[in-house]
Amino acid sequence: MARIAGVNIPTAKRVVIGLQYIHGIGAAKAKEICGKVGIDESRRVNTLSDDEVIRIRETIDRDYTVEGDLRREVAMNIKRLMDLACYRGLRHRRGLPVHGQRTHTNARTRKGPAKPIAGKKKVTK
Amino acid sequence: MARSVWKGPFVEGSLIKKAEKSRGNIRSEVIKTWSRRSTILPQFVGLTFGVYNGKKFIPVSVTEEMVGHKLGEFSPTRTFTGHAGDKKVSKD
Repeated sequence: MARIAGVNIPTAKRVVIGLQYIHGIGAAKAKEICGKVGIDESRRVNTLSDDEVIRIRETIDRDYTVEGDLRREVAMNIKRLMDLACYRGLRHRRGLPVHGQRTHTNARTRKGPAKPIAGKKKVTK
Repeated sequence: MARSVWKGPFVEGSLIKKAEKSRGNIRSEVIKTWSRRSTILPQFVGLTFGVYNGKKFIPVSVTEEMVGHKLGEFSPTRTFTGHAGDKKVSKD
């Protein structure tokens, strides 16, 4: 029911959990927000009054970067690195891990699914 | 872990001297350096460093955006030219 920070409509879950459906709000920030607005952690989203929803919305707008703005900020930071032609930027461009992880094996999150190598035979007994 | 603020940014002492000297000259030459670990300071903006990558001095002309990064970040030490038969690897 409650619409907070744009598109997010958390359900009949507890408020602390529901808030985490917003991109940029995790467990810690959800708890923080509940503290600021003065909502008990056991309360559920559908028990919130309109006034409380508005207060949550205001708190998020004021103190947190969330959803589109956050995504844009992250994308801008990555773009800055790429335009700068520094090492981290090059790694982003190539789609390889940025923080110095090994790439001999693993690194599948960044590299995507393994591509088969032509001519490489399977070992048979 | 990030470096303590009270220490200030790390820059090789000799590099600061070299940079100051070349600022005196008008439109100076490339400052060769091996100190890849040195942080780029605001007063380096506009200068060109030749940053050693183990083989060559890569010219790095410092822009305002680069302040706070290390010189070595702009001088790659590895060249990956792709695997045999791999068509789509581009060099950038």
